[in-house]
Amino acid sequence: MEGLTLSEAEQRYYCDLFSYCDTESTKKVASNGRVLELFRAAQLPNDVVMQIMELCGATRLGYFGRSQFYIALKLVAVAQSGLPLRVESLNTVKDLPLPRFVVSKNEQESRHTAVYSSDADNPASYSGVIPPPPGRIQVKKGSVSHDAVQQRTSTDQQESTSPVVSPQQSPPTSPHTWRKHNRHPSGGNNERPLAGPGPFWAPFSEAQPGSSTSSDPIWSGHSPPPHQENWVSFADTPPTSALLAMHPASVQDQTTVRTVASATTTNEIRRQSSSYDDPWKITDEQRQYYVNQFKTIQPDLNGFIPGSAAKEFFTKSKLPILELSHIWELSDFDKDGALTLDEFCAAFHLVVARKNGYDLPEKLPESLMPKLIDLEDSTVLPVFSEVGEQTGEVGYSGSPAEAPPSKSPSMPSLNQTWPELNQSSEDTAIVHPVPIRMTPSKIHMQEMELKRTGSDHANPTSPLLVKPPDLPEENKISSSIKFTPGNTVTDGYSSSDSYTSDAEQIGSTVTRQRSHSGTSPDNTAPPPPPPRPHPSHSRSSSLDLNRSFSVTPGQQQAGVVAYPPAVPPRPQPSQGAGPHVHRPVDAEGLIAHTSTSPQQIPEQPNFADFSQFEAFAVSGVNKEQEDEIETHSEVLQVEKPSDSTSSLRVAKADGRVEDKTPANVPTSAGKGTTPLAPPPKPIRRRLKSEDELRPEAEEHTQKTGVIAAVLASQPSIPRSVGKDKKAIQASIRRNKETNTVLARLNSELQQQLKDVLEERISLEVQLEQLRPFSHL
Amino acid sequence: LVLACVICSPQNYPLYIRSIPAENELKFHYTVHTSLDVVDEKISAMGKALVDQRELYLGLLYPTEDYKVYGYVTNSKVKFVMVVDSSNTALRDNEIRSMFRKLHNSYTDIMCNPFYNPGDRIHSRTFDNMVNSMMMQVC
Repeated sequence: MEGLTLSEAEQRYYCDLFSYCDTESTKKVASNGRVLELFRAAQLPNDVVMQIMELCGATRLGYFGRSQFYIALKLVAVAQSGLPLRVESLNTVKDLPLPRFVVSKNEQESRHTAVYSSDADNPASYSGVIPPPPGRIQVKKGSVSHDAVQQRTSTDQQESTSPVVSPQQSPPTSPHTWRKHNRHPSGGNNERPLAGPGPFWAPFSEAQPGSSTSSDPIWSGHSPPPHQENWVSFADTPPTSALLAMHPASVQDQTTVRTVASATTTNEIRRQSSSYDDPWKITDEQRQYYVNQFKTIQPDLNGFIPGSAAKEFFTKSKLPILELSHIWELSDFDKDGALTLDEFCAAFHLVVARKNGYDLPEKLPESLMPKLIDLEDSTVLPVFSEVGEQTGEVGYSGSPAEAPPSKSPSMPSLNQTWPELNQSSEDTAIVHPVPIRMTPSKIHMQEMELKRTGSDHANPTSPLLVKPPDLPEENKISSSIKFTPGNTVTDGYSSSDSYTSDAEQIGSTVTRQRSHSGTSPDNTAPPPPPPRPHPSHSRSSSLDLNRSFSVTPGQQQAGVVAYPPAVPPRPQPSQGAGPHVHRPVDAEGLIAHTSTSPQQIPEQPNFADFSQFEAFAVSGVNKEQEDEIETHSEVLQVEKPSDSTSSLRVAKADGRVEDKTPANVPTSAGKGTTPLAPPPKPIRRRLKSEDELRPEAEEHTQKTGVIAAVLASQPSIPRSVGKDKKAIQASIRRNKETNTVLARLNSELQQQLKDVLEERISLEVQLEQLRPFSHL
Repeated sequence: LVLACVICSPQNYPLYIRSIPAENELKFHYTVHTSLDVVDEKISAMGKALVDQRELYLGLLYPTEDYKVYGYVTNSKVKFVMVVDSSNTALRDNEIRSMFRKLHNSYTDIMCNPFYNPGDRIHSRTFDNMVNSMMMQVC
């Protein structure tokens, strides 16, 4: 085969065509199907095609190698220009126009010609301007391309430099191929995603003066700039308003990407009609780019970018400060002065959009909302019909005439749930309970809530509570106990509304419970239920016992709280009857407190002297008691936790009692003996002031440990007659006690929270003082 | 009916002014300016008292025949002044407090914005929207 010399344009064109035909990506062989298709598109008579094929040697070889393909293309050009097909003509014919392939069902070829039309000798003869073969350049919608063609041709000619397609660049993951195949029926510009803009960002500092694209920023989001430098530089690209068309993106020397923007009103109208397109979605490549940029500032993807760093970064975009400020307000979702990865991507995206002429929305589009729930956002749905699921904020206030380009939905499932919540956020004055998140990404949300209500001292019960993980019990209970900031209901914070709406959505995935707290703003601790009927210590008499035992378990919360306690009853006159009395009594669902009294009865010899209790507790098992105790071991065992917990619940840090009970518990747990009576001193139960709650914070760990130990020991209780019922009641009681303890835990945490808030306020004050004011 | 809302910096120049009836703006400006004296007086009277939420809200600064002026000061001596129509008896103290709290929250949000230099006029759209909604809701 003769050597083939091709002009530069031809070289490029043929190369692209070859890659187009190279469906199997072998880079060596063009698939026969494609080639034939191409030749058919050349509108040559079949025999000519056969002749060409024979001449180029493909029939000999059986396949189209690169050289064969080139030769074939050249021959097509020759044939189209009317010259006889000769092998010699390959090199002899000068100024041969590029082979022309009519636009058929496959627009690719027509595009090819269009792209090179600017290079071609007679541009006018070419139909349609198109981007180079797929995989390199954007794919346009066929319908639109026709419209844009004319303009494109003209614009192409306007370009100072010819677009160069560099085949070496590999497209990013974004599937151009599917994009090509998916035409939105409305003909809308689904592909104009803001994805396009993605590629703009060159590191802002990198101004590219020379490249001066005729400066229409890229719109169609295809060109996958493998390098950041390829993306448009900010310095040069003045935003063009109402831009939307498709731009063939061309990469030039890997410096800038230039696009030709030809907005057509028809396109816009079409786009506007496609109401399912979400203009604010971030495509994968864009997201990847944003993530990379994030990493340059903050290597930890779960970390924050501080405000100052973000400010510098976005200032490079040369947007006016006012707009940057607005973008910040939109994207800093939790208003903490720092950007998470999601917030950063949203901000970046907004800047890109603004650079491309899109007006900034008034509210953050839902697709840009930071994902508070960890969801995989890399699903690219190849079918545009699914875009319809995203009820994107197409009509949103900020983006007027420009029809929003659609983008591949990146967060389909999450986005669907956002809209209604977001819209209702402003209306609801009721604050939704904020779920407690334990994962790092969710701590962000917690912090947001913290700041939301931080300035309000009267709102101490705000959702922050469970932040400190130092309490081991926290993690266990966090998912089950949530507090509603009742105060915010009355305040109707609009600022917190949006967050709570988000919280609600998250909360929907997390179990929530309203606690009994959230009442008056001044109470940081959930007011403990009023003491049970006998606020004073009641000496246990048979009458009292009966009365107290008749209390249903439902009141145990109060009952437990009211466990007065501890005064060991006087020695009952009839000890023998005691145990029997109590056993049936126990069966009725004891209240911790009251149950202790019967307990003491059998241990009559002991409780007469309070000190003996301690002695026993400390010393350990008393043989005498053991016997009795064994018979009542079950009762005792049941009582132990109640005793211990009730004693633990002492408002005052009664050191003696506290020390005793933990000691008692282990012993009792171990042996199930010790007549551990309620602490000799009456344990006064009173509403604690918040200050008193604080010291008990440390005790909680101890208590929880104790409780856990106690609870763990329960199963080992030896059974006796009627034990099932007793066991159930015992377990009920235990649970209630646990509840009480946990409620106290909550109250203490709330107190801690209040302290933290106060600290925050003081820090803010200091900050204000330290920040020098320039004005005087 | 909240007639006007002004945020003043610690140096007593306004950071943000918004009044509802567009005409009489000057009158409101004057009123607010004079009320700053009252605010300063209250601040100095507090002395070294613990800065507390309650003390942030200054309450009714002074009433005139047409309107009442309420004040609120933050820990950094940023003052919020609100002028309310006297004929509106529905506005309770609590509501005024809540409005100030909202203002304070929004102001904090603006502060978090790194693009905002403290001491600049406040141009935030979000803030404007919040203030508008707040002032409108009481109308």
